[in-house]
Formats: sequence, structure tokens, C-alpha cells
Amino acid sequence: MSLVNFTTREITCKIVYYGPGRSGKTTNLQYIFGRVPEDRRGRMVSLATQTDRTLFFDFLPLELGSISGFKTRFQLYTVPGQVYYNATRKLVLQGSDGVVFVADSQARQLDENIESMQNLHANLLEQGLDVRTLPVILQYNKQDLPPELILTPAELDEALNFRAWPSLPADAINGHGVFETLKAIAEGVLRRLSEARV
Amino acid sequence: MELNQLFRFDTFLVGANNRLAVTAARTVAQTPGTAYNPLFIYSATGLGKTHILMAIGQQAKQVSPGVVVEYLTLEEFVEAFHAAVAAGQSDAFRNRFVNVDVLLIDDVQFLTHRREMQAELLRLIGQLQETDRQIVLSSDRPPSEIEGLDERLVSGFAGGLIVDIGRPDFETRLAILRRRADERGADFGPGVLEAVAAFESANVRELLGTLNRLVAFQAVNEAPLTPESATALLGWEGGEPPAAEAPSPSPPADEFSDFLSDVTSVLTRQVEEWRRRVAEAVMRWEGEGYRTARLETLLNAEAPVNSESSIRDFERDVERLRELEAEMAAMDAAGAGQAVFRDPDLVADAEALVQRAREGLSPPPGPSALWTFEEYAGGESNKLALSAARAAGEQPGRRYNPLVLVGPAGVGKTHLLHAIGNVLAKGPGAIVACLSAQDFLDELVQAIDRDRVDPWRARYRRVTALLLDDVHLLAGKERSQEELFHLYNHMAAGERQLVFTLHAPPRGVPGLDDRLISRFEGGLVAELAPPDRVLKQALIRRHLALRAGEPDGDLVDYLAARPADSVRAVLGLVQRLLGAADARGSTPSAALARELLEGAAPPTPRTSVSLRASGVVASPTGLVKSHEKFVWSWPNPAERLVEDLS
Repeated sequence: MSLVNFTTREITCKIVYYGPGRSGKTTNLQYIFGRVPEDRRGRMVSLATQTDRTLFFDFLPLELGSISGFKTRFQLYTVPGQVYYNATRKLVLQGSDGVVFVADSQARQLDENIESMQNLHANLLEQGLDVRTLPVILQYNKQDLPPELILTPAELDEALNFRAWPSLPADAINGHGVFETLKAIAEGVLRRLSEARV
Repeated sequence: MELNQLFRFDTFLVGANNRLAVTAARTVAQTPGTAYNPLFIYSATGLGKTHILMAIGQQAKQVSPGVVVEYLTLEEFVEAFHAAVAAGQSDAFRNRFVNVDVLLIDDVQFLTHRREMQAELLRLIGQLQETDRQIVLSSDRPPSEIEGLDERLVSGFAGGLIVDIGRPDFETRLAILRRRADERGADFGPGVLEAVAAFESANVRELLGTLNRLVAFQAVNEAPLTPESATALLGWEGGEPPAAEAPSPSPPADEFSDFLSDVTSVLTRQVEEWRRRVAEAVMRWEGEGYRTARLETLLNAEAPVNSESSIRDFERDVERLRELEAEMAAMDAAGAGQAVFRDPDLVADAEALVQRAREGLSPPPGPSALWTFEEYAGGESNKLALSAARAAGEQPGRRYNPLVLVGPAGVGKTHLLHAIGNVLAKGPGAIVACLSAQDFLDELVQAIDRDRVDPWRARYRRVTALLLDDVHLLAGKERSQEELFHLYNHMAAGERQLVFTLHAPPRGVPGLDDRLISRFEGGLVAELAPPDRVLKQALIRRHLALRAGEPDGDLVDYLAARPADSVRAVLGLVQRLLGAADARGSTPSAALARELLEGAAPPTPRTSVSLRASGVVASPTGLVKSHEKFVWSWPNPAERLVEDLS
């Protein structure tokens, strides 16, 4: 994981959107893609099945230009949420600098959320990424759905957020909370800059 | 930083939320340094901390115009500190605050984990308190919640007064709105300001921002605002307060720019972090007395540098300097403490310095292990010398000191010298110097050239025995003889063994200092004569046996009867015979020897001369040491001439 390259004066942050299938990871990226000026974004690569499920992964490179003398670049990835694509998830997770866990706030999706969170832990461990120091943000998506169908952020925190990571409510399809999440993970990742300079 | 003239107590609205803070602040302003010192004010952002801090400054000046007030944010404090460090004037930074009567420091929450700055602040607070000067600090959280804050600072703050400013209540908000509307000459319809004040703003700044929007709106619209239209304008319809957690109806248009500026500010802060680290490293190492020019250069860099590795390199160099200095101190106490050990840019110089010291301490050349008493063939011709040598080896410094072995070239003086040296070297803690006078002279010349004569002397004065071969080579070399003379006295005084070899009795060596001659003669001068027949036989037998098995008696007798005035000449005969035998594929025999020595090249004293001059003959036992030996033991008049001229 080479976050800061002092020789080429580049900062590259790889951020992975993780979470159960249909929780809205790709939606997050699509929303961001739609808001980024053309000169700042690369082509969004999305390998999806006919039914709109992410088969391999989405990739959205963001060029933030020169900041403090560093050419800064964010690379946003999503993983396929479906349980059987675990090999791909591991691959995408490799070398990531931060993770956004997109949870589906629907009450009936709680088990999927928990399973995906466990899977995230297992895969991070396997990739040698320290879950205690890696910046992780929890996004509780679909908070726009009728209250009777969803769990509140507090309830979701209770169920998923035992590590007390920062968590945000979101409605990705309308863009609420999408950039807030991106900001939060970007800050988390960049704050590790000085520590990463080893 | 200049105090903002608008930030006075009379422009600050006092409500239940801030009454305590304002009262404390007024007291402090009127009697600086006596009531609450330090005064620590904390609150969420936008509730008036800066206003109160500056108001204290204004009022203190009003009360007594001579008072020196300094207001600065912690960032400015840190920057000034770093700038001072970079300029190598950290003392100037400290003196800057000596004459300040009221020091106001804003936003001290940024002390988080800044150990160096905390220590500096702690020191400053202590210094000001001692002289009854007032300190006021502000923060967005209480001291106990500032992460990584030194306990001494926390308790220091608690020793004064810690007060907070809460959110303004409805009445205060209304009062603020009315006063500000008045100041701006804006006239609102009844109930408008009340309606605005009814919504709980997170802070006063936000409240004033709201007012600004209303003022702007009313300025361009003819119809006066009503409470309803005001709340509609502010987007607060339905009684939803602005601070509500729920997402706003539509996300702001330029989210990306917003994100970008956010990332930029975080990144800039993080990248600039290196300056702080470098400055702290400078402080630390400067404090320990090391030259920090290299790190200070980094601080001047515009672009970020890889400070971690630079600091690491610097620290590694300091570590190396410490090791070197310690080693130097162990060898030469006066050598440590030199400036070179305090400059990490001069590690190479320090290494060289220590290396030179090490060379001075490394023992001089010792005896060659090849030459032992066991290998030495004894006979009548060398009986006295051999027994004296054994005695010198057994009772160093007491029996014969000095022992001077005298004899022509090739009779075994060098062998005997090294044999003594090998015995002496086995003694506990023995350091035996055993070398030729030529090497001794060369070392001295080199030491003079490198200005290292003292270490060179020290090196020899540490030895427990000095065995010098071919001392006649020092003839005419005044400086070398002088050094040898002093060394001699030093050694003799310590009853350390001295052994010398000479090609003639001391008095017979022209150019040798009388002081040395008399000292040599004061010991035992043992002469080694050219080998007698018995010794020759023993030598021949041993050397033939080594190469070709036990030789027959005829051959040994024949060879021993050949004219040869030195051991080396005898061995030369043996070598020639062995070479001839090898060439013919036969074994050495008396007949072969006769044919070789009487037929083709009758042995004459010339033979030994040519052998000496060639310098290429070496016995398998290594008896012939070097080419040099031949040259010097057969002085060439031309070379002597050169020596004398130089």
C-alpha cells in the first residue's frame, strides 16, 4: 500500500465500497460520477450482469489535481455483494486505504448486513489489513424508505458498529449522504498520511 | 495579532449562557494576574470566545494604558515558535513573552498530541505566573477533553478558572438579533426577529448569518418581511430547525467542489505536519548539542519533503557519532568532545578521526610464528646467543636487557629474534613489537607525515617487549635514533625486554648514536658466528629430510664441508641441489652435489653474494624473509648516497 509517493509527489487513495448485495454501493459511485466535472473523472468501469448486479467490480478514478504539491488521486471501487463472489471481493480489497461499508437499512436485510460485515472482517484479516487502524465508514443507506420498513441509524449502529466507526445515514439514490460519506472516508484516509510515511 | 476594535465588552451581549465567563473575563481585564490565572474559556465554535479574549485585551489597556497585551492563536504561537527554531533563535521566542502583561491564546485545542508545544506552553505559563502576568486561553473543549494534553497542563489550567460559554437562550438570541439589526439600520416588522430567534441556532455566528440573509432580502424587496415569510425564506417551514439532522431537501449543487476543498484542507494540514515534526526534531537535537543545519535546511523547503526518512537518517548519524565519541573517549579522553562529534554532517570525518586513533592503538607488528626455537638449529657457533635468547624469553627484562644479537647476515639473528618474540608473546597481557628497524623508520616517517607522531609513540610505549631487527639500518637517521632512545629508556625503566640485532658490534656501526651504543653495551652483546661444521650438518640434514627423506651421510658431510659463511648460504646449497635433483628426476646424492658444485659452478663466496642480491631464493620453511633484507644487508653505496643526501 503506497499511499504517498514522495518521489513522484503523488498521493493515491484506494477506497473500497463494501456491503451486501443491492445495498447501493454502485449507486454511490454513480452519483459521485454524475457530480464530478468531466476533466476530473476517469471512465467509470462497471462490469454488471443483465439484471444490474455488479458481477466483478465498479471502478471510478477521481483526479483531484495538485494539492500541497501532490498530484492527488482517488480510486473508488465497489465489490460484488453477492455471497458467492468472495474471491473477487478479496481481490478488490487488496491494498485498499479505506473502506466504506454500505449497509441496507431495511429491517429484513439485517442478516445480510451482518453477514457482509463478518465477511469484511474475515477478508481484511486475510489481506493483512489491520481492521483497528484501517479507516472505515459505515453508511446506512435507504434511510428514505418508510420508517416502518427500516432500522434507524442508532439501531443499525447497535447491530453492526461494534467498532464504533463513524456512521452516516444516506439515501444514495437521491444523493443524500453520498458526498458526506466520501468526505468522511477521505479525511480518515488522509489523516493516516503522516502515519503511513514510514 | 492586533486586537479587533469591535470586540469589546460593551459589544458583547451577556445572557445566562455566558454570564460567568464574561464576569470572570471582566475581572481579569481589570486586575490582570491577580484573580483567575490562567483563565480558560471553552465553548463550541461561534459563541464568542475570541470576542471575549479580545475584549479582555481592550479593557486591560483601557484600565492601564501601559499594559502590554499580546493576542495570538495557537497556530500563530506554533508558527512563531517554529520560525524561531528555524532561525536558530528559540531563545528570542522565549524572550518575546517575558514583557507581556496579558497573554491571550486562542484555540488551544490544537495542542492535541503536540508534546513539544505543550512543554513550551507549560514553561511559558509557569514563567508568566511567577511574575503575576495574566494568561487567558480559549478552546472548543475543556482541557480534560483535549487529546494527548500533558497532565501538568490540565492541572495547571484547573489551578486558575475554567469556564464555558453555552448556547444563547431565546432572550439572548433575540437581543443579539435586535442589537445587530439596529447596528445595520435594518427595521423588521413585528414578530420577525422573534420568529428567527425562536429557532435554536447552533451558535451566534449562524444566527448573525441568518440575520444577514433577512437584511439582504428586505433590501431588495419592497414588501416588508413577516414572521411567516421570514421562516419560509430561511427554509424553516414546518417548524424544522436549521440544525436538524435529516438531509436537506436537495443536496447542494456543487458537491464535488465542496468535497475537493474539504480534501484540500485536510491534506494541507497533514502534509504540513512534516514541518512540525522537523521543527521538533531540531529543538530536540539542538538541545542535546548537535548541529541541526541539515534539518533546518528542510524547514526552508517550499514543497513537502520526506521528513521522516530525513529525520531518521539524521538520528542514525547522531547515533553513530555517539558510538564514535564513546569509542574515542575510551581511547583518548581529550579526543572526545571535539566539534566533529557534534555535527551529523561530519560523520565521515569523525569515522576517520577515530580510525586514526584506532591505528595508533593497534599493536605494532609482532613476531612471525614461523620462527621458533624449535626450528632453530643450534651449534657451537651460536651457543651463547641461543642460550641468552632462551633466557631473555624465559625471564623477560631481567636477565639480559637489552640483548643485542650481533653477527653477519644470514647467521640466524632474525630467526632468533622472532623466536624470542614468540616466547614473550605467550606471556599474559603481552604486546610484543617485533619488526625490522626499516619498518620502524618507515612508520615514523609516515607518522610525521600525518602529524600522528604522538599516537605512534603511544603505540610503542604500550608494548611489553621491543624486538628490533637490523638496528644498523638506523645509522645516520637521527630522528629515528632519537625516538628509539626515548623508547628504550621508557622500556628499560619498566623492565621490559629489549632485543636488537646488528650486523656488527655496536661500536663497529658508523652513524649509530653513542647514547644507543652505550646502552646496547650495557646489556648483553651476543655474537653469532658463521655456522660451524656441526651446525651446518644439522641444518643440511633437516632441510634435506624435509624435501627428500633422510639424506645419506656422505651427502651431508660433503655439503657441510663446502665453504659457506652463513646459514643462508648453506641453505642455498641445499636449494640448488634439490632443484637440480628435481630437474633430473633423481634423488639428491653426494655425486650429484659434486657434479653440480664442482663441475658447472664451483662454489665460491660469490655464490652467496649472488644469492643475496637476487632475493628470489626462499626455503620451504620461509627462512628467507624478504627481498628487502638482502638489499639492506648488502649495502649498496649508491643507495647510501641517496639516503645521506635526503
